[in-house]
Amino acid sequence: MAERSFAREVEDLRLGAGDTFRGEGILAITKALLQSGVAYVGGYQGSPISHLMDVLADAKDVLDDLGVVFQSSANEAAAAAMLSASVMYPLRGAVAWKSTVGTNVASDALANLASGGVTGGTMIVVGEDYGEGSSIMQERTHAFAMKSQMWLLDPRPDHECIVNLIEKGFELSEVSNTPVMLEVRVRACHMHGSFACKDNVRPAHTIKDALNNPKRDVNRIVLPPAAYEHEQEKIKTRMPAAIGFIRDNRLNEWMGPARGKVGIVMQGGMYNNVIRALQYLGLSDAYGNTQVPLYVMNVTYPVIEAEVAEFCLDKDAVLIVEEGQPEYLEQAINTVLRRKDIQARVHGKDVLPMGGDYTAQVLLGGIRDFLEKTEPRLLGNRPPAPDAVPVLGHPAVEKLKQVVPARPPGLCTGCPERPIFAAMKLVEEELGQHHVSADIGCHLFSILPPFNIGATTMGFGLGPASTSAFNVKADKRSIAVMGDGGFWHNGLTSGIGNAVFNKHDGVFVIVDNFYTSATGGQDILSSRAANKRRKTNNSIVQAVKGIGAQWVRQIDRTYDVGKMRDTLKEALTTADEGPKVIVASSECMLNKQRRVKPQMSKAIKDGVRTVKERFGVDEDVCTGDHACIRLSGCPSLSVKQLDDPLRDDPVAAIDNSCVGCGNCGEVAEAAVLCPSFYRADVIHNPSRWDKLKSKVAMSVIGWLQRRRDRRRVGLEALA
Amino acid sequence: MRDERVRLALPAAGDATERPISIAIVAMGGQGGGVLTDWIVQLAENHGWVAQSTSVPGVAQRTGATIYYIEAMPPLDGRKPILSLMPTPGDVDVVMAAEFMEAGRSILRGLVTPERTTLIASNHRSFAIGEKIVPGNGIADKGAVTGAIGVAAKTEIIFDLNALAIAHGSVISAAMFGALAGAGVLPFNRESYLDVIRAGGKGAKASIETFDAAFDRVKTGPADVAAPVEPRPASTKPAPAPLDPQLSGLVARLTREVPVPAQAMARAGLRKVVDFQDVAYGAEYLDILVALSTTDRNAGGAERDYAFTQAAAKHLANAMSYDDVIRVADLKTRAGRRARIESELELSQDQVLHTTEFMHPRMEEVMGLLPAGFGRWLGARPRLLGWLDRRVNKGRRVRTYSLPWFLVLYVVGGLRSIRRHSLRHAVETDHRDQWLRNATDAVGINYQLGVEILQCRRLVKGYSDTHSRGLSKFDRTLAAIKLVERREDAADWARRLREAALKDGPGKELDGVIRTIESFAS
Repeated sequence: MAERSFAREVEDLRLGAGDTFRGEGILAITKALLQSGVAYVGGYQGSPISHLMDVLADAKDVLDDLGVVFQSSANEAAAAAMLSASVMYPLRGAVAWKSTVGTNVASDALANLASGGVTGGTMIVVGEDYGEGSSIMQERTHAFAMKSQMWLLDPRPDHECIVNLIEKGFELSEVSNTPVMLEVRVRACHMHGSFACKDNVRPAHTIKDALNNPKRDVNRIVLPPAAYEHEQEKIKTRMPAAIGFIRDNRLNEWMGPARGKVGIVMQGGMYNNVIRALQYLGLSDAYGNTQVPLYVMNVTYPVIEAEVAEFCLDKDAVLIVEEGQPEYLEQAINTVLRRKDIQARVHGKDVLPMGGDYTAQVLLGGIRDFLEKTEPRLLGNRPPAPDAVPVLGHPAVEKLKQVVPARPPGLCTGCPERPIFAAMKLVEEELGQHHVSADIGCHLFSILPPFNIGATTMGFGLGPASTSAFNVKADKRSIAVMGDGGFWHNGLTSGIGNAVFNKHDGVFVIVDNFYTSATGGQDILSSRAANKRRKTNNSIVQAVKGIGAQWVRQIDRTYDVGKMRDTLKEALTTADEGPKVIVASSECMLNKQRRVKPQMSKAIKDGVRTVKERFGVDEDVCTGDHACIRLSGCPSLSVKQLDDPLRDDPVAAIDNSCVGCGNCGEVAEAAVLCPSFYRADVIHNPSRWDKLKSKVAMSVIGWLQRRRDRRRVGLEALA
Repeated sequence: MRDERVRLALPAAGDATERPISIAIVAMGGQGGGVLTDWIVQLAENHGWVAQSTSVPGVAQRTGATIYYIEAMPPLDGRKPILSLMPTPGDVDVVMAAEFMEAGRSILRGLVTPERTTLIASNHRSFAIGEKIVPGNGIADKGAVTGAIGVAAKTEIIFDLNALAIAHGSVISAAMFGALAGAGVLPFNRESYLDVIRAGGKGAKASIETFDAAFDRVKTGPADVAAPVEPRPASTKPAPAPLDPQLSGLVARLTREVPVPAQAMARAGLRKVVDFQDVAYGAEYLDILVALSTTDRNAGGAERDYAFTQAAAKHLANAMSYDDVIRVADLKTRAGRRARIESELELSQDQVLHTTEFMHPRMEEVMGLLPAGFGRWLGARPRLLGWLDRRVNKGRRVRTYSLPWFLVLYVVGGLRSIRRHSLRHAVETDHRDQWLRNATDAVGINYQLGVEILQCRRLVKGYSDTHSRGLSKFDRTLAAIKLVERREDAADWARRLREAALKDGPGKELDGVIRTIESFAS
């Protein structure tokens, strides 16, 4: 069960010839896979391709009708290895993941796959998480394509073009016996657009056919001498076949005038922003009618030498628009031109920045510089380009720089991971700072304010492994944090197994929130919900014990801050040897609310007695020190200015987005903070007994309150 | 140098400056920016336009700042426009900000420019974590955003869209859609916006009401908008005669003896102190304050607007109404407190309310209640104290409105009668006297330093450990002030110390300033 339902998107997968698909890029890609006749699909979720996995997970009926096998793979390596089904059998298959991180994990399988080659078309959809909004290191998938020789598609951000290229990509893969990568950037994945649909295609050859008629060929296995043969095949057979197909099918595009003194060569993904930049320079209209010759590389690997040569032959200079570094295309094109002795000068990273997003603004500057150097006449009638510099230099705006606060992502309201880090903070106050290895997942937000916990992160599921060097007797122990997602991705073996085997004395906290929450709440092995298509409810504790850990503690309610703190303290101080594993479990609040909220509304509507909990702060008890916020960071726990001239500092306040998780009260109690917090329980549809009890109590209480009020000095006049 | 550039006609390209309408929505994750984006795309598509939206979900959607971007344009002779995936600074027609500081951020990104941009922004605040964790007041200055909007936006539509949405039972996206329609920047009529919402089905009624309210608000200007709450300066108008005769005597004395500039604050202070204890305690407050004002006058306070007395009126009241167990129990059992919670929760007649308090008393708090002599005797016996603490020191969930617990709190709240004999009172009084002595000693030599020392009282707040930490910061600050008290810029250093102490919890900034002082003062 993902964070949201994809029932509507599943309907889009049923569209056929004559229909128009309107929606997100990544869903257009999903539809294109079905139109291409895939027999199987796998992958691992992560922005920006999560929705591909989510919609397929909800699309059982559509996939069953077509005879398509779908797997939520254990990790990207598992997904890549799945593609081996296409080695011997004419099965089309596709996998998807977040790149470059996922590609890193998958590399071993990909290299083996690419060496032996494929019979059925294989496509690896990589969500290129690069540039603004990315959550990972800034690298390019391009290098992986080159090193293992897999063709790299980089289509123009246009649904029609992307879908078309996917269909052609499978053919390319089959013609050249080579896996194909489809690179789509974050914004293209989440881009709303449309394309004319075709009918879905049932795979001609199914997985079942393959199972029933097994085939093998030792020459396809990476082992000498076949491995040497593979390299020769790559060079002598597969590469020429691919180049031929790409040229014949004109996968790369020529735009604009046939001739010109200068031209622009670009990755397909850069096309829209290049057109916008040209428009600012007066060299194109909004519909892509350009005055500058363009060579749009929808296939960025391999570089088609003949096409490059043809484009550059009559030109004085060309500009290579290639996002990210190193500048592989620029190097390749330079090599082509030198070998063929074509004199066009090559510009690229000399006028454009080496790294970062190639926005229309960045391209505007780069293309303008390029034209100034090579063909300034073209800039003759440039209209005024948009420019925010004057307004940004205004003192009133300058002043704003010091004012606008950073707004980093953080744990959601009611997140069950918050009390874990609050407890770690309390332990830190008592036992001092420890070396903490963080991991990938929502829990990585611990490295940011207010918790500021965690020294490194080395990759998904590698938090525990990254403490492995700290395996000596010392005054303090290392702490590693890992999520349930990372645990099943590889952390069970690379982290816990490794620690058991090497007798590591450190503390290992496994944050179990029943889903891979950071990627959108997909089910995993230890998810608690029943899932008809998967076997869930596999215990992390049992797995950890099974691999040999002895000191294992399960905390079933992370909100019990006191228990969490005491368990951590025990783990850090116990004389027991070997890894100290704490499994801290509570359901992801986003998912829980999605499940529980409608149930509760329904119960209230149906007249069932229901207790709704919410937290509050007594503003006259709160002293405005904000110590509670420094141990929480909950979005619903904020501050407010009181209308009181005696109070300089704002007091804590809880807004109505509070879900009553209990963290505030637990922290106030465990940290001995202050008595300002209260939990308000509102009983909807109270029973008669509830009402009677409350009525009796309140009448006595009311009498007592009136009694005391009578003795108070009237202060109204002093207001 | 001769300009050799040639003005080319571009017949094939048509009007090269004609560009799509561009809309950027800046919001925080979870504010419904995605819904609003889909509505705008649908609106444009319903008119036969080509619309494209992009966003960057992923981690930013976990409450971080995020941006949605839409471009739309009619097709030309069957040709689709090529639309950009990111906003270009200086080239955005409409920026919609779902929070006021996010509006500021959009200006800093260059998305709002005076030639082009209509800025629709909600002026409500959702504080960032950096603003909330400061022990003092870390709230960013809204005025700076208002100032920048004035120079950056072509047209501005600024009001509390969030409050409007809540008032109509919906969320901010519906209000923003209404404001967009009202702004009239897109060539679509009101009805076509409503069609989009209606097609959404679920929640459409509340969305439409919110849409209408926002639309009307843009068309007709402010009517129902409450001014944002800012700290109000103390009221300066004379108070009506109080009912209690003793208290009225005090007020008369206040008016007579406290310098006029400090009277408003003194009235607020008097109110707080009497509310904390009784009228006699109010008289004590006034005695001290009047004595301080005499010192102030002798130090030349008349020329300085009696800043010393003003500061004293405020901080003395806070110091005298320290946060003890009696005060907490009293506040928790008042009728007004329950009424406030009920109204915050919008409790209806057929619902039942309970509250649970999270209390964690330690032996220190119990000792504070004991008569001073007995408390000190006990304090000198650490083993006995430890034994007692193990029995007392634990978290207690107090069901406020169950009779047994209420009675406990009620009785504790009624212990005011013995408060002035308690150990806590003795400790607080000593501390207060020492602080005031420091301030009066200083004010004669360096007036501003005296004022600054009074203001250091702001550092003492919180309960248990937080309170101890505050006290420790206060002590360290006053000790550091001692080191520089003879210097001319002593008041500056005092202010710097206090501000540093309010910057972070553990007091690292404060330690930094103290080290600087020690480097030149010892």
